[in-house]
Amino acid sequence: MKRFAGLFWSLLFLAVPILGVITFAVAPAYDIWLPKDVSEHGAAVDGLFYFILWLTGAVFIVTEVALFWFIWKYDANNTKVEVQYRHGNHALEVVWTIIPAAVLLFLAIYQMNTWADVKMRRPNMAPTVEVIGRQFEWRLRYPGRDEVLGTPDDLHLVNDLHLPIDEDILIQLKSMDVLHSFFLPNVRIKQDAVPGMKIPVWFKAREEGVFDIVCAELCGWGHYKMKGRVTFESRERFEEWLEVKYQEQEATQESGT
Amino acid sequence: MSTADTKPTSVQDSPQKHEAIVHAQPSTASKVSTFLSTYVFSKDHKVIGLQFLFSTLLWFLVGGLLALAVRWQVAWPWSDVPVVGKLFAQQGGQMSPEFYTMLFTMHATVMIFLVIIPILAGAFGNFLIPLMIGADDMAFPTLNMLSYWFMWPAFIAFGASFFVEGGAASSGWTSYPTLSTNVNSSPGAGWGQTLWLIGLTFVGVSSMLGSVNYMTTIILMRAPGMTMFRLPMTIWSMFITAVLQAFALPVLTAAGFMQLADRTIGTGFFTPEGNIVNNAVATAGGGQPLLWQHLFWFYSHPAVYIMILPAMGMVSDILTCFARKPLFGYRPMVYSVAGIAGLGFIVWGHHMFMSGMNPALGVTFMVSTMMIALPSAVKTFNWLGTIWGGKIQFTTSMLFALSFVSMFIIGGLSGIFMAATPVDIFIHDTYFIVAHFHYVLFAGTAMGVWAAIYFWFPKMFGRTMNEFWGKVHFFLTFIFLNGTFFTMHILGAVGFPRRLADAYHYETFHHLQPLNAFMTYCAMGMVATQIIFAINFFWSMFYGPIAGRNPWNSNTLEWTAPSPPGHGNFDFQPIVHRGPYEYSVPGIESDHLMQTDPPNPAATAAAGAAH
Repeated sequence: MKRFAGLFWSLLFLAVPILGVITFAVAPAYDIWLPKDVSEHGAAVDGLFYFILWLTGAVFIVTEVALFWFIWKYDANNTKVEVQYRHGNHALEVVWTIIPAAVLLFLAIYQMNTWADVKMRRPNMAPTVEVIGRQFEWRLRYPGRDEVLGTPDDLHLVNDLHLPIDEDILIQLKSMDVLHSFFLPNVRIKQDAVPGMKIPVWFKAREEGVFDIVCAELCGWGHYKMKGRVTFESRERFEEWLEVKYQEQEATQESGT
Repeated sequence: MSTADTKPTSVQDSPQKHEAIVHAQPSTASKVSTFLSTYVFSKDHKVIGLQFLFSTLLWFLVGGLLALAVRWQVAWPWSDVPVVGKLFAQQGGQMSPEFYTMLFTMHATVMIFLVIIPILAGAFGNFLIPLMIGADDMAFPTLNMLSYWFMWPAFIAFGASFFVEGGAASSGWTSYPTLSTNVNSSPGAGWGQTLWLIGLTFVGVSSMLGSVNYMTTIILMRAPGMTMFRLPMTIWSMFITAVLQAFALPVLTAAGFMQLADRTIGTGFFTPEGNIVNNAVATAGGGQPLLWQHLFWFYSHPAVYIMILPAMGMVSDILTCFARKPLFGYRPMVYSVAGIAGLGFIVWGHHMFMSGMNPALGVTFMVSTMMIALPSAVKTFNWLGTIWGGKIQFTTSMLFALSFVSMFIIGGLSGIFMAATPVDIFIHDTYFIVAHFHYVLFAGTAMGVWAAIYFWFPKMFGRTMNEFWGKVHFFLTFIFLNGTFFTMHILGAVGFPRRLADAYHYETFHHLQPLNAFMTYCAMGMVATQIIFAINFFWSMFYGPIAGRNPWNSNTLEWTAPSPPGHGNFDFQPIVHRGPYEYSVPGIESDHLMQTDPPNPAATAAAGAAH
C-alpha cells in the first residue's frame, strides 16, 4: 500500500498541469473565451494577453511537472538514494533570479506603448458624447447641432449609445452619484466613472454591430442591472439616427410646454 | 530514536500531567478566578493562540457559508434558496439583490479580517513565536491578552451588523466612497456600514498590539545561541509580517476614522462637491473619492502579504521536515521575504489602474508590480529545490504543504496578467481577479494553514490528528477547490464581472450559467468536506494517539518542549547550536539534528563541506 501512496499523490499533482492546460484548450470551443473584439487597439491588448498566457503557461507546465517529478522520484518509500545534504546553490540562485528579472522587466517595458495608446495619448478633439453613470443607468449627452457640450440644444438619452465606426471617439466620462465603471467587453475598454472627475475615454471601432455596456464597479444594489447597449454604425446611419432622436426630443419638449 | 527520551525531563510527557501543573499555580485564588485567568483572560501565549484559533475557525465556517450563499445566487439567480431561504427572504425563498451585495461584502470582510489575518498572526504567530525562539512567553503578556480581547468588539460589531436595519455593510470589502460614505446610496450604507468601520478599527487595534509584541519578542527574547540567521522561516515571516502591520496599519485606521467622520459629521474627505445620491440632498463635499482608494490600498496591499507570508514561512518549515532535507537557499528565502515586504509598500496603485488615477502613475506601479513577482518566483524555485533529492514522507501536513506550492504557482502566475496594465483593462473586476486572489488566499494561505494545523496540532493538544481522514480531507478539498476556482480563470477571460447578482441578461455572458452551476456544486463539496476536518479536529483533541514531544522528528525548538507545553514552555533552558534545517546530516546516526543537540564533530564537518 505504502509503495503506491507516493504514486497516487504524485499523479494527483500531475493532474494539475494536465487539467489546467485542457481547461484553457477546451474553453474557446465552448465560447468561454475572449469575446469578439471590434476595436482598433483591442488586437494589441489581446496579443499581450496571449503573450502572457503562453509565457506563464510554459512556466506553469515546467514548474508543476518538476513538482510532480520530485514527488514521484523522491518518495521515501521507493527511493534507496541517500538524501542530498545541501543548503542551496549560489549559481542556481543567481540564474533563477536574473532570468525571471529580465523576463519581467522586458514584459514591463514591452506593454508600455499599448497602455499609452489606450490611456495616455488622448486624441485632440472635442468629446463625441458625454456618458454619465447614475444608479443604475448610463445617461448619454450628445453635443447637438452646435457641436458644443453643455448647451441647451444637447441631446439627452439613456442606455442607448450609438457611435460611428472608423473614426476616433472621445467619451467624456462622469458620474453623478457613486463609482461606476464603463466597460465595453467587445471594445476592450474599461474606465471607472468617479464623482467629481471628468475622465476621457477614447477608441476607434472597426466593425458595425450592437454590443453590451456593462457596469464593472460596484454601485449599489442594482449594480447587476446597470446595462446599456452600444451600436456601432456607419457615419451616415449614425447621423440619421442622431437626427431622428433629436426630433423625438424636440417633439417631447414641445408637447411638454 | 525520539529525541524526547534524551532530554532532561522534569515533567512527564502527558497532557494530563501537564494540566495538573497549569492548575496548580495560584493556590489562594478561588476556582472561578483561576479558571478565568487560565482559560479566558489568560496571558499565556499558547492559550491566547488557541483562543485565536478557535475563534477564527468558527468565523471560517461563517465566511464559508456566506460564500455558498453567494455561489447559489451566481449559479441560479432568483431561485429559491434551499433550507435557509425562508430565514432572510422578504418574499418567497429567494434573495434580493441588496442581500446578495451584502453577502459578498461580508464574505470578504469575514474571511480577510476575522479569519486569514488573525489565524496567521494571532493563532500561529502567538502559539509558535515564543516556542520556536526558545522564550518562555511573549515580551508583553498583557498586551497579548488585549490583542485577543480587542477582537471581540470587532466580532460583535460585524456580527450585529447583520441584524440592524438595512443589513450589514454592502459596499464591498473595499468600502469605496461615495457608495460607502453616503447613507442614501444603498440599504447597507446605514448602520451596517458604521458598524463595519468600527469593527475594522478594532481588528486594527488588535493587529497592532500583536505586531508590537511579536517584533519585540523576536528581537529581544531569543534563546542563547539563536541568532537571527538561525531562526526558522516561520519566525522570519512572522517578524516581517509584524513590521508590515506596524507600518501600514496606522494609515488604514486613520482612513477608517475619516470615513466614519464623513458618514457621521459630514466632513466630506471623500465626497466631491454637489454629490447627489439617490435624489437626496447634495452633500457639502470638497473631497476626493480616489483619496480613500489610495489610503485603503496603502494598507490593504501590504495586507495581502500579511495574509500570505506567514503561510509561506510555515510551509517552508513543513516541507523541510517531511523531505528530510535542509531548506534550499535559506538566506535567499529570507531576503525574498524582505524583498516582498519592501516592494509591497510601493505597489498599491495596481488596484487602481482603472480608477481614474493618472495613467502615467499607473506605469510606475506596473513596473514595481512586475518586479514583486521576482521574490515570489525565487521562493517557488527554492521550495522545489528543497524537495529535490529528499525523502518525502506523505503525511497530511506534507500534502497540504506541497499543494500550497502547486497552487501558489497558479496564483502567482495569474497575477502577471493583472499587472500588465493593458490586459488589466479587460480583466479588471472580472472573475479573473477573483480566481487570482482565491488561488493565493484559499488555495495558498488556507492550504498552508491546514498544513500548519496538522503539523502543530500535536504540540497544541498533545495528540496527533487522524492521518487517514486527514488525507481524505486533503484529497477532496484539493479536487473541489480546483473545480471551483480554476474555472474562474476562463470565466474571467470572457470578461464575466464580479459582484453581479445576475449577469445572464447580458448578451456577452448569457451562456455562462452551466459553468457557474458546476463551480457552485464544487463549492458545496468543498464546504461539506470541512465536516470531515471538524470531526477529525475535535475527535483527535480528546481521543487521538498521544504524540510525545517530537512526533515528526523535527529540528526546531518547539519540539523539545512537552506536548502541550506548560507555563513557561520549556522544562530546561534551550541553548541553540545550529540552524533549524539540519536534516540528514552525513556521518551521524539520526536523520535530524535538533537545534539544541550538543555540538557534534561529524555534523560540523559535514556542514563545513556543504557550504
